[in-house]
Amino acid sequence: MEKNLRETIKDTIRKHLKTKKGKVFGQCLTAVGWVGGTLPELYEKDGMIELSMADVADGGFVVGAALMKSRPIYVIRYQGFNWYNCPMIINYACKSKEVWKIPCPIFVRSIAMEGGIGPVAGSSHHSLYYRMPGVKIVSPMTPKEFKSVYKAFMNNDDVYYVSEHRGSYDNKLELKNIYRSKPDLVIFAISITRFNALKATLRLFEEKISISFINILWIKPFQVSKQSYLDLKKSKFGGLVIDDDYTDGVSKSIANDLTLKTGKKVFTLGLKDKTAGTGKNLDNIPPNEEEIIRFVKNIIKINV
Amino acid sequence: MINKKYLWDVFKKISLCRNFELDAFKYLNEKKIKIPTYLSAGQESISASLAVICENIKVKPLIFAQHRCHSTYLSFGGSIDKLILELLGSNKGCSYGMGGSASIHSEKIQMYGHDGHMGTQVPIGTGACFESKKPTLVFMGDASAEEDYVLGALGWASTKKLPMLFIVEDNNLSILTEKKIRRNWHIHKVAKSFNMKGYNISDNPLEIKKYEKYFFKEPMLLNINTKRLFWHAGAGIDSNKTFDRFKLIKKSLGPKAEIKDNKNLDKMKRLWKRIYEKQ
Repeated sequence: MEKNLRETIKDTIRKHLKTKKGKVFGQCLTAVGWVGGTLPELYEKDGMIELSMADVADGGFVVGAALMKSRPIYVIRYQGFNWYNCPMIINYACKSKEVWKIPCPIFVRSIAMEGGIGPVAGSSHHSLYYRMPGVKIVSPMTPKEFKSVYKAFMNNDDVYYVSEHRGSYDNKLELKNIYRSKPDLVIFAISITRFNALKATLRLFEEKISISFINILWIKPFQVSKQSYLDLKKSKFGGLVIDDDYTDGVSKSIANDLTLKTGKKVFTLGLKDKTAGTGKNLDNIPPNEEEIIRFVKNIIKINV
Repeated sequence: MINKKYLWDVFKKISLCRNFELDAFKYLNEKKIKIPTYLSAGQESISASLAVICENIKVKPLIFAQHRCHSTYLSFGGSIDKLILELLGSNKGCSYGMGGSASIHSEKIQMYGHDGHMGTQVPIGTGACFESKKPTLVFMGDASAEEDYVLGALGWASTKKLPMLFIVEDNNLSILTEKKIRRNWHIHKVAKSFNMKGYNISDNPLEIKKYEKYFFKEPMLLNINTKRLFWHAGAGIDSNKTFDRFKLIKKSLGPKAEIKDNKNLDKMKRLWKRIYEKQ
């Protein structure tokens, strides 16, 4: 039976601890739930290291462990915690190879979740790392993608920021790009938005609006297929980058790169520029299917 | 007798560091060094004492330090040529011309470079020690000791009973702001509250030596009171009223020390000149 993403991550972690003799660091790892069921039930003797609740220092401990060539996996249960956990990862681990020729590879498993949790630490925060050199940023949403990212990390000596989303853990399906010969628009989707963007793409097609749908796994360095650029070049109304982070970050940068490469206008859609609240209608969640459809139709209407 | 040999070994290192720093001061003044430079003159007896003790107990620790660490690097045997090259901005320097004075690095002596954010070497060193279980020596200043993540690191090192020695080089100043203005607590007492040994001592090598029996057996923090001779950064003098440990030790060792120091003075002058002219 095919495994879902949750089980795939769990297997990968087990392999990292048992076969590769690596370590996994994080806070409250062995608590009820085992981080959304993505960790095997292993303990410090197995390499599963419970850190103290000192977030900033914890990031430093993992950097130190990485300097000793241990290739640690660092689990950050909510991406927003990175505001406190990332300083030494970004400012030391990501620079170490360039400054002192000492690689400091860390696999940062950073997990997003949103909806009804208020102005806390949810959603994706990959833009926080994006502006700095020496880091690779990926956002796997499928079992095969996660396996490929782990393999790439083990064969590389950079810091990997792995932008996960709890909403994808049950997923078993591999998400394929959809290319059109003459698309009206090309959607480039990141993280959890890929699922709603795919649904929106298929519905728009039923309404005779032709959309190419491109999955973004590699955010930094930005990698999509050559065909994606060709589709964008041929498109009637340009492109749209959809993200689970605020648009003032990764999505606008990618949109700019795409525009420079193809000469096409590329729009962005992501979290609204506001703080999420817990009350009714105060949340700030990634664009749903309806919002994406509306946004696409609006682009087409404006540009007709 | 043992103390005499120890003091002599420490003095040789202090003298080397002092003469290095006096030349660095001169080159800074003449604008031949163009990068931000943090001289450790005045504080050399700390790293010199620790280096001699480590040699005697046959321990080669992992070393994590921050700015004002020229003496740490030199005391533990870092290449003098490479440090001069680093200060002159050469890519043949110990940090490849990338790190400069504040990010001194040496694989040979297991000294890891610093990223410029005060105190980050404390949690990073703690993580390195946790992973490797190797004896680990972490230097910080009295200002770094105030960083919240330093406190978190002390707590974790104690919880995990790591073989670490935390050294606070306490010159009482953060740039020019005195400790009493910044806080009403003492870091050695904080260490004790984290269930580790913590002491407040002077930079007298003989006093530092009293604690060697605890080195790397369990986490310990020494807050060592010292005086920096020069400005926080660059070539300048804050005050002429400061005591100078180097001069006190030199005097106590007599003419032999004077001769050794003069030799170091000449050696450093020649080295600096040769390397500068080659650039």
